[in-house]
Amino acid sequence: MSLVLIIALVLVVLVGTGLGLVVSRRRGRSGLLEPPSPAPVRPAPAPVIAPDAEAGPEPEPAQALEPEPEAAPEPEPQPEPEPEPRVVERPRFRDRLSKARNALSGYMGAIGGRSRIDAETWDELEEALILADVGMAATQDLLEHLRSQVKAQGLGTGEELLGALKAELTSRLGDFDRELHFSEAEGPTVWLFVGVNGVGKTTTIGKLGAREVAAGHRVIMAAGDTFRAAAAEQLGMWAERSGAELVRGNEGGDPSAVIFDGVAAAAARGADLVLGDTAGRLHTKTNLMEELRKVRRVADQGAGTVTEVLLVLDATTGQNGLVQAQQFTDAVELTGVVLTKLDGSAKGGIVIAIHEQLGIPVKAVGLGEGIDDLVPFDPAEFVDALFS
Amino acid sequence: MFEALSDRFEGVLGRLRGKGRLTEADVDDAMREIRLALLEADVNFTVVKNFIARVRERALGEELSKALNPGQQVIKIVNEELTRTLGGETIRIAYSAKPPTVVLMAGLQGSGKTTNSAKLARWFKSQGRHPLLVGADLQRPAAVEQLRTLGRQLEVPVFSEATDPVAVAAAGLAEARRTGRDVVIVDTAGRLAIDAELMDEVRRISEAVDPNYTFLVIDAMTGQDAVTTAEAFHQTLELDGVILTKLDGDARGGAALSVKEVVGRPIAFASTGEKLDEFDLFHPDRLAGRILGMGDMLTLIEKAEQVFEKEETEAAAARLLEGQFTFEDFLDQMQQLKKMGPLSGVLGMMPGVPKEVRNAQIDDREIARVEAIIRSMTPAERRDPDLIDQSRRVRIARGSGSDPTRVAELIKQFKEMSKMMKRMGGMGSKKLAKSRRKAGKSKGKGPGGRTTGGGRVAPSTKAPLRLPNLDPRAPGAGRGLPDLGLPDLGLPGPGGVGPGRG
Repeated sequence: MSLVLIIALVLVVLVGTGLGLVVSRRRGRSGLLEPPSPAPVRPAPAPVIAPDAEAGPEPEPAQALEPEPEAAPEPEPQPEPEPEPRVVERPRFRDRLSKARNALSGYMGAIGGRSRIDAETWDELEEALILADVGMAATQDLLEHLRSQVKAQGLGTGEELLGALKAELTSRLGDFDRELHFSEAEGPTVWLFVGVNGVGKTTTIGKLGAREVAAGHRVIMAAGDTFRAAAAEQLGMWAERSGAELVRGNEGGDPSAVIFDGVAAAAARGADLVLGDTAGRLHTKTNLMEELRKVRRVADQGAGTVTEVLLVLDATTGQNGLVQAQQFTDAVELTGVVLTKLDGSAKGGIVIAIHEQLGIPVKAVGLGEGIDDLVPFDPAEFVDALFS
Repeated sequence: MFEALSDRFEGVLGRLRGKGRLTEADVDDAMREIRLALLEADVNFTVVKNFIARVRERALGEELSKALNPGQQVIKIVNEELTRTLGGETIRIAYSAKPPTVVLMAGLQGSGKTTNSAKLARWFKSQGRHPLLVGADLQRPAAVEQLRTLGRQLEVPVFSEATDPVAVAAAGLAEARRTGRDVVIVDTAGRLAIDAELMDEVRRISEAVDPNYTFLVIDAMTGQDAVTTAEAFHQTLELDGVILTKLDGDARGGAALSVKEVVGRPIAFASTGEKLDEFDLFHPDRLAGRILGMGDMLTLIEKAEQVFEKEETEAAAARLLEGQFTFEDFLDQMQQLKKMGPLSGVLGMMPGVPKEVRNAQIDDREIARVEAIIRSMTPAERRDPDLIDQSRRVRIARGSGSDPTRVAELIKQFKEMSKMMKRMGGMGSKKLAKSRRKAGKSKGKGPGGRTTGGGRVAPSTKAPLRLPNLDPRAPGAGRGLPDLGLPDLGLPGPGGVGPGRG
């Protein structure tokens, strides 16, 4: 499509509609109806605490990253979704996702309690999946698959259906490389963090940095977010807290230069890991995505090697999450997703579509505000924590 | 990624043309599509259910209008219902009789409270008020620092101290009284909605400052969870309105509809960009179209109105469709178009833009290159590109820092475009002429009646060529571009050559 043509088309459309505006405005002015005050809607059914219907697949704590000294203990039934006291151990999906689970537990309880699978069961299952932000397409696909499975295997009860759902979801999230890789070559490893505004990139770097420092790495945080006011200060506080070093540039400066300097500083000081922050950007902003491409290119040009480009995604994100992942991977080839804020009531179901359609795995999840609350992603635990 | 609802309806309801009334089965077919579209736009499940029930009832009860086909009729109902649900009018801020007017900002982490506090301060300033920003977010590292930086940019004072959030808010209010600021905007710490501790904190802040307005900041990308969030905040704080952020992305913003239904409060403001002035009162009708995938035409038009010289552009468009468009016109219009921001952004707001066009990688620097080439032509060359021979090409290339093949390419593209537009003009001109008359009348002016060169021959392609529907709020609005029948005209596809592909 040539530029000339596009401009011409835009022009024609603008003129066409611009004329119409006068007409519509007139109409608008005269007839603005007062909206009827809509009755507030009570959405989700009251949370029913479902008894643990099923043990689910044995969650193996897949310690993708640094194995922690204390292995995750066996999951116990957690009947009370009480706010967890801040614990020192690695936070567990089941505990931290209790809020998210509560929103679905009404559905899960109802489905699990059914002795036969009827139309209503399917409707409930569909609602539950949509409420988890799994998305229409993925939901339809899942339901279709489950329908044929129910037929083929003669599944009869709601409980069996839930079992099949969990097994299917777990297998779809299946076998992905969820490790955060270090470079084999000489020189520092670079992990870049990208994403839209406000998803928690800087915080994620802070937490991940703390973890890598604790694991014995020497970490440099490069404040590539030169756009948002005080972003470098925020990262600086995290660096201080976690024992990493900070490299920063001027506000409004060139982010690629900051990352490049970060890598150079790491090489000079003998640090082996550079965590590169970038400014939040909407994937629709062509120029900003172009800037990001440059950051990615430049980060590789110095002494360092980029091994991870991680999309930080807020668990509350709806269907736009898939579009984001697509656009960011087109620009900078994502190696993984960090799903943040999963300790709220959001379910983050969009990652299922991101796994399936784009083949980009979730590598870590944020389960709380504490510095230790960023943990490796475990599909079985995730599915089990949501759908039981 | 999403199909516009109107496209879907073509399939479902197109065949019903000519029926006097929609049958229940027809309506149910349509409702299924609407349900899908709304869910894909992240409207909450329960909200969708209630909404569909309302639309269904209306659709069944209504007589079909002759002017619209059944599909359009249903879209019209949906659009009206959506606009009504989102709130018919923009909010009007009533200032406190005893200043200062206090505004409390609440929201989840990362929704953009701090940035939007500053944007709101700028807005109040533009209304002739004297705002004070109070940084009561002592939770996030550097949040207060961020607010101070933004305050400096806006020349709005920022108050904060390292005590506790409730004390800061109260002291901020006292500070405003002391220094005579008439609006106080209190930025609070972000929270996960159900974090009891932080929720309690924001409640105590609210009690301490007794705000005139409590706004919930919501991210337009939020999924199904928006309802949970809004409810939790509404129960604690009694919201007065919602500020919708990140509308400049391509999220459909269904969350807005959910929130409106749940809290029953208007969406007061919307933020449409990163810059501090990209923030304004919310226009519900625009979002309705967007949720349905019909683009954000009104915003576009408003922008266009600001930058385009109306008469001139109309004349240029007419010449374009008559095949009399010159490089000079092109340059003129390009200048104006540039003022509307990046071309990709403009395209993104246009409804019904075919995917090939929308996804075309448009490099705005390319526009500068094209411009340089045209500027290196003599006026005579611009009017009649046929004058340009090999040696002129070389001269133009040298003058614009490009090379002769590029110049040749541009001229070729321009000619192709002219031809195509002429063909289109032949097909669409009747409608354009009609619309001109219509527009002319409504302005109280004589009919436009521009005589477009006679003897037009209707081309033989059967592609349904229509110019965009003139009422952007009308159901068929935004079906303009696809109806140009692009594929049928044999346009170069996205893989087509041309400098346009950066």
